[in-house]
Amino acid sequence: MKNKGSVFSLIPYYAWIILFVIAPILLVGYYSLLDLDGNFTFANYKQFFTSVYLKMTLSSFWYAFLITVFSLLISYPAAYLITRLKHKNLWLILIIIPSWINLLLKTYAFIGIFGNKGPINAFFEKIGLGNQQILFTDFSFIFVSVYIFIPFMILPIFNSLDKLNPALMDAAKDLGASRITTFRRVIIPMTMNGIKAGIQAVFIPALSLFMITRLIAGNKVITLGTAIEQQFLVTQNWGMGSTIAVFLIIIMFIIMFLTGSKEKGDAQYGKNK
Amino acid sequence: MKSLIRITVALLAVCALLFYTAHALNKSSGGSNKKVLTVYNWGEYIDPSLLKKFEKETGIHVVYETFDSNEAMMTKIEQGGTNYDIAVPSEYTIEQMKEKHLLLKIDHKKIPNLENIDDDFLDLPFDLKNEYSIPYFWGTVGIVYNPKLLGKGYDFDKWDDLWDPSLKGKVVLVDSAREVMGVGLNSMGKSLNSIKTNELKAATDKLIKMAPNVKAIIGDEVTQLMINEDAMVALTWSGQAADMMSENESLTYSVPSEGSNLWFDNMVIPKTSKNVDVAHEFINFMLDPKNAAQNADYVGYSTPNKAALKLLDPEMVNDERYYPSKETRENLHVYKNLGLEKIGEYNEFFLKFKMSIR
Repeated sequence: MKNKGSVFSLIPYYAWIILFVIAPILLVGYYSLLDLDGNFTFANYKQFFTSVYLKMTLSSFWYAFLITVFSLLISYPAAYLITRLKHKNLWLILIIIPSWINLLLKTYAFIGIFGNKGPINAFFEKIGLGNQQILFTDFSFIFVSVYIFIPFMILPIFNSLDKLNPALMDAAKDLGASRITTFRRVIIPMTMNGIKAGIQAVFIPALSLFMITRLIAGNKVITLGTAIEQQFLVTQNWGMGSTIAVFLIIIMFIIMFLTGSKEKGDAQYGKNK
Repeated sequence: MKSLIRITVALLAVCALLFYTAHALNKSSGGSNKKVLTVYNWGEYIDPSLLKKFEKETGIHVVYETFDSNEAMMTKIEQGGTNYDIAVPSEYTIEQMKEKHLLLKIDHKKIPNLENIDDDFLDLPFDLKNEYSIPYFWGTVGIVYNPKLLGKGYDFDKWDDLWDPSLKGKVVLVDSAREVMGVGLNSMGKSLNSIKTNELKAATDKLIKMAPNVKAIIGDEVTQLMINEDAMVALTWSGQAADMMSENESLTYSVPSEGSNLWFDNMVIPKTSKNVDVAHEFINFMLDPKNAAQNADYVGYSTPNKAALKLLDPEMVNDERYYPSKETRENLHVYKNLGLEKIGEYNEFFLKFKMSIR
């Protein structure tokens, strides 16, 4: 009886996976093999390996890499600090709340903040730096993207840091490890799964960012996501759009594989509650 | 398990209730004897009080929906499941929609106000004899700029002025392949309907030389940037320029003399229409001189309605920037539908140009 019940309750899950995960991927693969007239062709793949698309893939990768690195550099210390605070859940909520606000709304706000007449330029002028072009630069693009992705990086890192047993750090200290050694040899390896989960949550969406590339970077940065959007909506070449999407999916699998957890790590060191 | 079933049943019950309510609401608002007209138009492209007036005069309920690109609009109509009675595509899209049999023929007898339209805007190549479309607004592509910020000595009478080294990092382009490629082609004296790969390649190479001047390639956000004086020079459509100029007095608009794009947006009746008669009634209503004038005043684009021109502010009507003379219009060209393959090529070259700006 019990067994039957669990099979029944799994049906929605399988139906969901088949309808909304497997079927779309198969369809994307199928469309990528069609040309404009619906004939079978490999031309889309050939075109992907021309200089324009390869250059775009590389630059897309580079920006996603920069966004991930900066997010990690900011999030790790921030998450560490939060675990040390008295009302850590409150602080965590304060960091999460901005991610509830619509992405476009936040992006439009940054157009005003970074504008020539915005508060940042007003400040620059006051301290004598003069008016700077901030909007439509690499800096503004990476800044806004990092700002948007930080909550997704902090959450998994916070969780793994929070599970860390403080007794281990005391033990490291007692055995003569300096603070840096403790951090490097104890804390980082034990929170590696959190870091990997954070990288997955940032790097992959960063590859397919598209509205921000236009609104904040003025199309000076072109990601794979932008190219897919253009192929589907403007050029109406679903085949080429799907081909780029296929490569995006392949890259995602590679990232998942590289950052996949190896079934060891924090579980057995978990703090007893 | 039991709770799962209970939740499922509860959810289904709520869904059924909502469905019934929606059905009942539809019935009361637009049901049996009250007719409904669904209009599918660009954003900010009609004076909403005209819709109210139409409802009052005819007792027909108007549902108004908007789109932001010809392609998105056509895709939605093609896929079905909609019941639009009126849509407002641009000329090259009308050609495509005709090819795909998405449009219904328009009965001119039911639209007496058609006589108000200037003959120059009737019987155009994209729809001879106006079998499927009635002109709504028209305009040009040109350069809007701020002489106050730029200083003197700029008139943008030539496309080549955009390449001027003094404009480093100042030019904003619109994120649309045909407009930007058109700048390259027109500046070399080539047609903006060119389908020769070598001409497109030459245009791209020339555009890439403009790369240092490009500040950004964006969409409608440019309106706000120009009004706030965050940007000084922008490639844009005449009506958008009119919007900017009405908010910021220092701006002005120029259509370079080598030629540019002349475009028309037109009312059509998609094959999805359920109320063909009402759709005709609506088109006739919008062509009424008073209504057309009110609409043009609100939207800011140029009206093809010659009877309405008399009712508009003469300062606007005599302004060459909004209503270029017939001689100037000789140099302006309408986009032809080049087919998906060539559009793909335009976009490939445009992508190459975009990749070159840093």
